[in-house]
Amino acid sequence: MNDWLLRVRNLTKIYGEPDGGTIDRTGPRASTNICSQTGAIVACADISFDLYPGEVLGVVGESGSGKSTLVQLLYFDQEATAGEVLLQAVEEGNANLLTLSGQRKRYLRNHLLGMVYQNPRDGLNLNFSAGGNIAEKLIMAGQMHVGKMRERSLHLLAQTEVPTQRMDQTPRTFSGGMQQRVQISKAIANNPPLLFLDEVTSGLDVSVQAKVLDMIRQLQADLGISMIVVSHDLGVIRMLTDRTIVLKHGRIVETGLTDQILQDPQHPYTQLLVSSLL
Amino acid sequence: MIENTRLQTSYNFGFIDESTKKEIRRKLLKAVAIPGYQVPYSSPEMPIARGWGTGGLHVTLSLIQKQDLLKVIDQGSDASVNACSIRQFVQRMTGCEVTTDTAAATLIQTRHRIPEEILTEKQILVFQVPQPEVLRPVERLENRTRQMHAEADYARMWVSLYESFVRYGSLMRGAGYPVKVNGRYLMSPSPIPRWDVPNLSHAKCLYLFGAGREKRIYAVPPHTLVEPLEFEDVRFRVEDWGGLNCSYSGQGDAFLDEIYDAAGVRKFVVNDSNFLDKLRTGEPRPPQRLFRESQ
Repeated sequence: MNDWLLRVRNLTKIYGEPDGGTIDRTGPRASTNICSQTGAIVACADISFDLYPGEVLGVVGESGSGKSTLVQLLYFDQEATAGEVLLQAVEEGNANLLTLSGQRKRYLRNHLLGMVYQNPRDGLNLNFSAGGNIAEKLIMAGQMHVGKMRERSLHLLAQTEVPTQRMDQTPRTFSGGMQQRVQISKAIANNPPLLFLDEVTSGLDVSVQAKVLDMIRQLQADLGISMIVVSHDLGVIRMLTDRTIVLKHGRIVETGLTDQILQDPQHPYTQLLVSSLL
Repeated sequence: MIENTRLQTSYNFGFIDESTKKEIRRKLLKAVAIPGYQVPYSSPEMPIARGWGTGGLHVTLSLIQKQDLLKVIDQGSDASVNACSIRQFVQRMTGCEVTTDTAAATLIQTRHRIPEEILTEKQILVFQVPQPEVLRPVERLENRTRQMHAEADYARMWVSLYESFVRYGSLMRGAGYPVKVNGRYLMSPSPIPRWDVPNLSHAKCLYLFGAGREKRIYAVPPHTLVEPLEFEDVRFRVEDWGGLNCSYSGQGDAFLDEIYDAAGVRKFVVNDSNFLDKLRTGEPRPPQRLFRESQ
């Protein structure tokens, strides 16, 4: 079966200097992600999953469970210690993206991937205007026509409900929710088939949260983008995702359909997560 | 009684010792081999402070030969203090002849201008560069800018041009307009006016750039493509004086300075002093490369 879009195998990220037993000495069973012998921190280990076209995958877990590290590894923000990441669009899924050159990685990032960070400051350059930020992504993919860039930026900002007359102002002067929507516009500027959303609604007030979530759902329905949604908020996961991975201490402890996980959690940690959901 | 023995009675030809000259020449060769790439070099001590033309001096002194005819200009002028001091210094250290005639000089050191008169394959133009890193305004970390050059990741420079267009309606950069050399490296042409930028491309002469304070050398070899950054629909433009002519020579088509005379009257004057002198003699106008028609 070759119908997957993204395939991740044994993705591992360890900070510090691990030895042969580090992986065994950490994880949910050891109830820690710090190796008792070497002090190495296992941010995530042996992460394997497939993502299918148009699918929305949720990643839940408490803070420090390796959720953000996972998407940052996939977006090449950090370098993985070990593992394989395959993308169907790259050499028909036979090239491990993690071993590509920096230039190739940047090309993939600009053409095939999009990322929305928890903090808009990480995803936007606040010295540039909102339009400039979107233009940056377009330029990176080879667009060299100012008129067309502005047209596209206007369209994206309208789509994400940012007042278009503020296109030439810096997002510094925007509200948090608006900054987040500019960031989403930037992330989807090149119509990427794959989008990473890292805690997009944390730090926004509830009504704005609902708006941003609505918008993401709308975009997903309209454009059919595959997404990996990282959140500690099960409400967000329930609203957006089809399938969910539960992380604890850097390992996958449970995986399945989102409804199934929320209705009938198997792993004790998932049960705790679900029962603490009000 | 201690005798005061003077071990050294004179300086080496060209002030810099021969082994350091050799090092600088080697770096120059590398710079010419990789057009637009910034080559780190030793930047030895000079009797003037770094940032006052030392980079240009290093290049000039390591290249100059006894038969060379030297010209030094500072923003187009042979008479400015900086140009005079550097010219006198090189002359004292080498005994070479000096000139103000652009056409006659074999080696020209310049600050912030390219002479109006066309340069030939027998001439070398040495620029004094204050900031060699063209990406510095958009990225302050040196290790990041080096990586950006290595990966040809110039999006941020393009965005800053986009921003200047959105804010001011044109690609506003008075001096040091970013250029792409040989289709690969982004390069700061040193703070020359936009008027001079097209002159870098496919020239007959060799352009060498020395940044003493930042310890970098780079080059544009003859007949090399140098393109100012521009969008498909927003083009690079040289300065336009709207048909104004020089008040002294009555002629246009040259980079003009705006000056006020003693009576407070505004005047426009050809910036290149040697070129202006030649225009005022009434002889035929010296040959120039002009690029206005391309707009």
